[in-house]
Amino acid sequence: MATTMAKALNSALADALAADERVVVFGEDVGALGGVFRITDGLQARFGEKRCFDTPLAEAGIVGFAVGLAMSGLRPVVEMQFDAFAYPAFEQIASHVAKLRNRTRGKLSVPIVIRVPYAGGIGGVEHHCDSSEAYYAHTPGLKVVTPATVEDAYSLLREAIDDPDPVVFMEPKKLYFGSAEAELPVRTEPFGRAVVRRTGRDATLVAYGPAVPVALEAAEAAREEGWDLEVVDVRTIVPFDDATITASVRRTGRCVVIQEAPGFAGVGAEIAARVQERCFHALHAPVLRVAGLDIPYPAPMLEHTHLPGVDRVLDAVARLQWDDQPDARWAAA
Amino acid sequence: MTTTPQAVRRASPRARRTVTPPDPARPLLPAAEPVRLLDETGTPLPARTDYPEPPVEALRELYRRMVLGRRFDTQATALTKQGRLAVYPSSRGQEACQVAAVLAVRDTDWVFPTYRESMALVARGIDPVEVLTLLRGDWHCGYDPTEVHTAPQCTPLATQCVHAAGLAHGEAYQGRDTVALAFIGDGATSEGDFHEGINFAAVFKAPVVYFVQNNRYAISVPLSRQTAAPSLAYKGVGYGVPSEQVDGNDPVAVLAVLTRAVAHARAGKGPFLVEAHTYRMEPHTNADDATRYRDGAEVDAWRDRDPLARLETYLRARGVLDDAAVAEIAEQAEAYAADLRTRMNTQPTVDPLSLFDHVYAEPTPQLVEQREQVRAELAAAHDEEGDA
Repeated sequence: MATTMAKALNSALADALAADERVVVFGEDVGALGGVFRITDGLQARFGEKRCFDTPLAEAGIVGFAVGLAMSGLRPVVEMQFDAFAYPAFEQIASHVAKLRNRTRGKLSVPIVIRVPYAGGIGGVEHHCDSSEAYYAHTPGLKVVTPATVEDAYSLLREAIDDPDPVVFMEPKKLYFGSAEAELPVRTEPFGRAVVRRTGRDATLVAYGPAVPVALEAAEAAREEGWDLEVVDVRTIVPFDDATITASVRRTGRCVVIQEAPGFAGVGAEIAARVQERCFHALHAPVLRVAGLDIPYPAPMLEHTHLPGVDRVLDAVARLQWDDQPDARWAAA
Repeated sequence: MTTTPQAVRRASPRARRTVTPPDPARPLLPAAEPVRLLDETGTPLPARTDYPEPPVEALRELYRRMVLGRRFDTQATALTKQGRLAVYPSSRGQEACQVAAVLAVRDTDWVFPTYRESMALVARGIDPVEVLTLLRGDWHCGYDPTEVHTAPQCTPLATQCVHAAGLAHGEAYQGRDTVALAFIGDGATSEGDFHEGINFAAVFKAPVVYFVQNNRYAISVPLSRQTAAPSLAYKGVGYGVPSEQVDGNDPVAVLAVLTRAVAHARAGKGPFLVEAHTYRMEPHTNADDATRYRDGAEVDAWRDRDPLARLETYLRARGVLDDAAVAEIAEQAEAYAADLRTRMNTQPTVDPLSLFDHVYAEPTPQLVEQREQVRAELAAAHDEEGDA
């Protein structure tokens, strides 16, 4: 049946609340309003104010409160209203959420899910469209997950809530309301597994979150150019699935990594480095990256220039040394 | 029928004065002066009904643990000089606060200490070697927090204030009457997490006691740079939290005030804030040079307000402590320090491969790879040693 990622996330929260008394859902406007994106719609009415509640408007407070609740044995699921609004919570996340298990040699763990609606493409004004995944992925102790399909949204969120470790759950805002066929509840591949969304022989496009539909669209358009492209959806940035991506690139011999975040020091850079380290002898061309520009997220009327689209992906694919010539872009250097 | 304010004024000025509503902030405010039950010489002040003096047995135990605490503190400083600890933040001079606070709570309550609370933790009964693990440097937190109901000593300032609110709310949610006691210093009351923590606790009516030890300095920065408030205890009123200030070098008063604060929290009335006025007799840590920012006369003045001498004088005057008891407790303290010295004077064993054990419940494939790499490096180094 046709449903949306927003509804799938809502179902996952409802099913987790029903399945486990220890699960509590809280944040800003998640109660009566149901969240600004309605991801928590109806949860307070169904499960009561004790299980789903609004908090003071303070993100460090929300995450720190979750740490204490987890210490008492509960399973907190918190909502950061927007990507950039999670920054006040960063100290709590980096110094406590990520490290408590390690600091205490495993005696204390804080299985918290921090939901972060992220990335752009929705015409949002400033501070509403950041791609902040690299900050979290660079912090050992956190798992970082980002669904690109409706079924993954449900399954990965259920798994995140069940996981013994803290999970930063990054929800691509622009994919919230797209409709897709999905039977819920559903369990897809577990954490640590990337998935081949489309098979192809000529090159591998690696993408995650909001970049996955872009990669699929580019692969479709590439057929006209005579390229048969494979698309791998990373799904869980941490833990990262080297095996699936390596196997794909060894088959195709070419790789383009796509992310919406600024490219410099991003997750895509890490993926490109890992592919190059593991696939050097199978590669016919350098691993290329297609990313957002290295700029603060632009104003809505300019965001289309920033966002990596199909054309930019196809331009990169064209530079994968099909005729074994050096990339013209670097020839001068 | 309604009466306009003007009509009331015309009819009766006196009646208008009497309808002034009571100030809702008033009951939340601390006393104008810090609560004291003993003066600086250890002489009792007139008894107070709001803060009854704790039972004499509790005061004797308070004294005993303060003596042990001070001996622990001097031993830890000595161990630092010998290179056994990487660093040690002393709480000398703050014994009344350190010990009375943990005596005011139950073993099943949760304590949220900072890095300066080593003395409080040994007073709580935690193995001193486990307390000093952090400062010796063989791991971070040496004790099992779930066993001793004590969070790891917190170095990021004030962040524990929010954890205490969450823990207390979570315990109440699950039907337990646990109280959370959060330690914090004067400097950290400037951090946002102090304000967010106390606000969350107030909004959710979480049973937390926030205990500010105002020891006058945040490393080198004096209190005047932290706040323009008349007392740090005034920071509670804006959040709807009742607050009190106490002479932090009066052990009897600290225990009395904290006992009431804990009872308030446990009764379901929400959080309580206490500021204790005390003084850090030593530098921030052994690595600090306090002569650069405060003069000796100031330190000497506080030496005369020593909390341990004050309590000893009082208990002797009451006839519940004599030379024999003092000597016996001093002997206990020496034995405690000797045992600590012996146990700390061995090189702890550390296992580099354990670095990968507790990053996640199960290591990621990348961590498994790195573990193998380190294992190979260690094996190679071991072989080289064998060859040499």
